[in-house]
Amino acid sequence: MEKANNLDINQFVVFKLDKEDYGININKVSTIEQVLPATRVPNTPDYIRGVINLRGDIIPVIDLRKRFGLPPVEDTEDTRIIIVKSGEVNAGMIVDSVSEVMHLDDNSVENASNFISEGSAGYVMGAGKAGDRIVSLLDADKIMMLD
Amino acid sequence: MDTNQYLEIFIDESREHLQNLNDQMLQLENNTDDIGILNEIFRSAHTLKGMAGTMSFNKMSVLTHDMENVLQALRNREIKVTSDLIDVLFKCLDALGYYIDNIVNTGSEGDNEFTDIIEELRNALGGNDGSGGSGKAKAEKASEKASDSSSSQDKKLIAINQYEQNVINKALDDGLKALQIDIALNKGCMLKSARAFIIFQVLERNGEVIKSVPSVEDIEDEKFDFEFSVVFLTDKSPELINKELNQISEVESVIINEVGAKPVEKLKEAATGAQVTTKTPEPGNNVKSGTSHGDNGTASKVNKAGKTVRVDITRLDLLMNLVSELIIQKTRLEDIGSQRDSNAYHEALESLERITTDLHDAVMKVRMVPVESVFNRFPRMIRDISRELGKDINLVMSGEETELDRTVIDEIGDPLIHLLRNSADHGIEPVEEREKAGKPRTGQISLKAYQDGNNVVIEVADDGRGIDIEKVRKKLVEKGMVSKELAGSLSKNEIIEYLFRPSFSTADKVTDLSGRGVGLDVVKTKIESLGGNVEVETETGKGSRFIIRLPLTLAIIQALMIVVGNEKYAIPLNNIKEIVRVPVDEIKQVQNQEVFLLRNNLIPVIWLNKVLGVTSDEKSKKYLTVVIVKKGEKLSGLVVDSLIGQQEIVQKSLGKLLSGIKLLAGATILGDGSVALILDVNSMI
Repeated sequence: MEKANNLDINQFVVFKLDKEDYGININKVSTIEQVLPATRVPNTPDYIRGVINLRGDIIPVIDLRKRFGLPPVEDTEDTRIIIVKSGEVNAGMIVDSVSEVMHLDDNSVENASNFISEGSAGYVMGAGKAGDRIVSLLDADKIMMLD
Repeated sequence: MDTNQYLEIFIDESREHLQNLNDQMLQLENNTDDIGILNEIFRSAHTLKGMAGTMSFNKMSVLTHDMENVLQALRNREIKVTSDLIDVLFKCLDALGYYIDNIVNTGSEGDNEFTDIIEELRNALGGNDGSGGSGKAKAEKASEKASDSSSSQDKKLIAINQYEQNVINKALDDGLKALQIDIALNKGCMLKSARAFIIFQVLERNGEVIKSVPSVEDIEDEKFDFEFSVVFLTDKSPELINKELNQISEVESVIINEVGAKPVEKLKEAATGAQVTTKTPEPGNNVKSGTSHGDNGTASKVNKAGKTVRVDITRLDLLMNLVSELIIQKTRLEDIGSQRDSNAYHEALESLERITTDLHDAVMKVRMVPVESVFNRFPRMIRDISRELGKDINLVMSGEETELDRTVIDEIGDPLIHLLRNSADHGIEPVEEREKAGKPRTGQISLKAYQDGNNVVIEVADDGRGIDIEKVRKKLVEKGMVSKELAGSLSKNEIIEYLFRPSFSTADKVTDLSGRGVGLDVVKTKIESLGGNVEVETETGKGSRFIIRLPLTLAIIQALMIVVGNEKYAIPLNNIKEIVRVPVDEIKQVQNQEVFLLRNNLIPVIWLNKVLGVTSDEKSKKYLTVVIVKKGEKLSGLVVDSLIGQQEIVQKSLGKLLSGIKLLAGATILGDGSVALILDVNSMI
């Protein structure tokens, strides 16, 4: 039982944004959706694309490219919305594509201080190494805090 | 005993009893001689003690026990009802309320023993009497125990409480007979409860069973030996009943005795006995009282609380959501329907519309709670405040039966307390001042609720000194909230608006009640978060009136759908006064504010495209479509690009992430599945 829990904790949904791989703890992810039309919400930061109708629930979506200061791109076939739940806050994150669910053990996760990248720096809590790839592990709670 | 499953019932019932005690105690203060009220108080207190004991909340039961001693002494006229004594008893109730709150929050009653209150109670009984009183109580307790055990073994004498006695007396007056029937079944009887059921059926055919020992419930569960007794009202002769009962097989013996009328007051012994039966609240009790009052209503006092089903609010929310979905689908069909032209289709649509509307109403009704549940604590509160302030205040309430959505009910308590305290503290003058002004000594605060269209209005009015506009004006300047010149030019209504600003208070001295500068702004924020608004009318020397307007429902509202740029928005219909077309050249600039004249009223213009940050080409138009919205008496004109029409919409929250956005009251899902935002007009004006 405990073993299964540990496995859960170290599983990450890996997605692509620009040229980099990012991961987010699977416990924070409720679903992954195709892009849905969003309604713009006035007086919000520009990285809030708007709100979507997710099977009857109103969910705000964050454009992660804009949040991280990356150049904007058109939505493609691969674009996904990752619906994230952190505490009482529900929100979607728009990403270029979702690639896999990765299992990382403690040894292959490095502290954030050893790892610095522009734009997304404030939201990264660590880096995971899988083979020759490096995945930036994001702090979902921070992303979903409006500034 | 595992009492957890009863905990919720215990909490609910204790609260009901506490409320009842509070109400009765207030009445007692005004009618100190009314033995009926005292009896009612005693009964509630005793039940409470019994319940606490059963649930092993010992501190609670000790406190109620001491309280009961005092009540007993009151009933026996050993001591007199005084305001101080009532104060002590009220303190008891507060302490009991504290215990119950503790139980709700932590599951245990807590450590506070309220020894000071118990001390006061014992003092109230007087030094010598105190020990005598507790001695008596012990004796009483012993007799309770005795009757407790005796009721299970020796059934010769059924204990009849005063209400049952009332019923019996009434029946005897009506020419009926009251019989105690002891029935014994054959020792070899296999299906005792089935046999008993047949006996009950025979009895019910001939009259009315008002009590049975053991209870009907226990008999149904075969929790009896081979004998049971009933108290029975009938117009038939005892012989006939005897004959009918003996015809049932497996009945060994039937003993019938007539029960006579007794005056209720002399029933102390019987009453104690009866309270033992209420001590462990058995469903069987309810069954019995239900039958007796269903038939002729003689025992209407027995079961005061209406029949209710307690439903988890989340289940209601779920039901509500389903209805919401249904309405969305209906709207969607309407959209499709407008493109087609088939009669049958439209008929089906119309009936769907009717059903959804009815269903919506029905679900809403389930969620509706009378405001009484909020109002009922106020008489006590005003009493305490008036004693504290040394003022003479009378609270008049009306419209307690007006119903509001449960979610609103839960929220309006605090704002109302604020307003009532305000009236008592700031509004009502001290007695001398009132006399000087030629007013009656007793100040009047009235609390009134009524329905007005799609709104419920709650008014808090007092006949006090009214708001001193000049004093507020001075205070504004002193506090540096407004410059001296501006203050001079502010109108009465504008000054009143400032009362609702944060950190404003005119009270000269800070009392425990008000004057700390939190209050009116909190009231306003709360009411507005519920989709309502607050207005004030005041007249110096005559009093003030706070008018709270609340929407009847929160979830589903009528709205006007409008277009700005290429975006759709919803404006709640209850904010809208009218829609007008205004020629562009009639918009004038006055003091940095664009306005236009509507029937001699200057209406400020709000460009929705600018407020919402939408690009739309306003230049090319000759006429503007303006939606006139109101907030209290204030009007404003919202400029929109075009109108879509009126629609029933389901109001949904934007979620925690976007909760801080001012202009929006939420969002709704349209028939085509897209999301439209609902404008919060109150925050724009």
